[in-house]
Amino acid sequence: MIDRPSSPRRRVLLAAAALPLLPIEALAEDEPEVAAFKAFVAGRRVGIGRLKLDIPRIADNGNVVPVKIQMTAPFAAGAEVRSIHLFSEKNPVAQMAVFHFPVAVSRVEIESRVRLAGSQRVAALATLADGSLHSATADIVVTVSACLDGS
Amino acid sequence: MADARIQVPAQVRRGEAFEVKVIIRHAMETGYRLTDDGKPIPRNVIREVTCRYNKVEVFRAETSSGISANPLITFYVMARDSGELVFDWIDDTGVRGTERAPVSVAG
Repeated sequence: MIDRPSSPRRRVLLAAAALPLLPIEALAEDEPEVAAFKAFVAGRRVGIGRLKLDIPRIADNGNVVPVKIQMTAPFAAGAEVRSIHLFSEKNPVAQMAVFHFPVAVSRVEIESRVRLAGSQRVAALATLADGSLHSATADIVVTVSACLDGS
Repeated sequence: MADARIQVPAQVRRGEAFEVKVIIRHAMETGYRLTDDGKPIPRNVIREVTCRYNKVEVFRAETSSGISANPLITFYVMARDSGELVFDWIDDTGVRGTERAPVSVAG
């Protein structure tokens, strides 16, 4: 009768074993610590999950980092994507790009290449015609930073 | 040689979204680099890229020094009628560029 699954001690141990996983989960759901992103959002509610941001986890060259941003369809009438903003946590110009969609489109998918000044968190934010905001973030390790000092 | 390359499917279907890819030849000079003798190289990046489809603006990108040299942008546009896509862009020095690509719509 050692360590019955229902014993309080066992439950504590199980809980402790699960703990190290929690911060990773929590991090993914966190509001990004990207100042420009926060300034833009200004406390408004932001949906998470529909917007997807794909960047490599590790980039050898910060000068050319592929980025893919996707927004899950469908888009209800009056809730089309109007713009997608791309923010950097560490670049001297925090808002790297804004993509506008003056005409509604059924597939929202953007690919580009960005410069990143070092390892950081990148945030994407979509604004919809109904005023709602959706975000996605990704962390990247950049081994050779985009050139800032002329070296 | 053209300043930009535009890639559009040979034929697209009316009412469906089709992929558009554009690559513009531009150094996207950040303004943070120095010449060999230590003088700063002034910033000169493309600020804005617009895409019009049969004269209607369907896409616009505000770009910065955070976009890599020779900017590449891929996006989707709804197919309506055959015609053309016209890209226009402008950089910090006021230099403008333009490039066009035909769109052939079936159905």
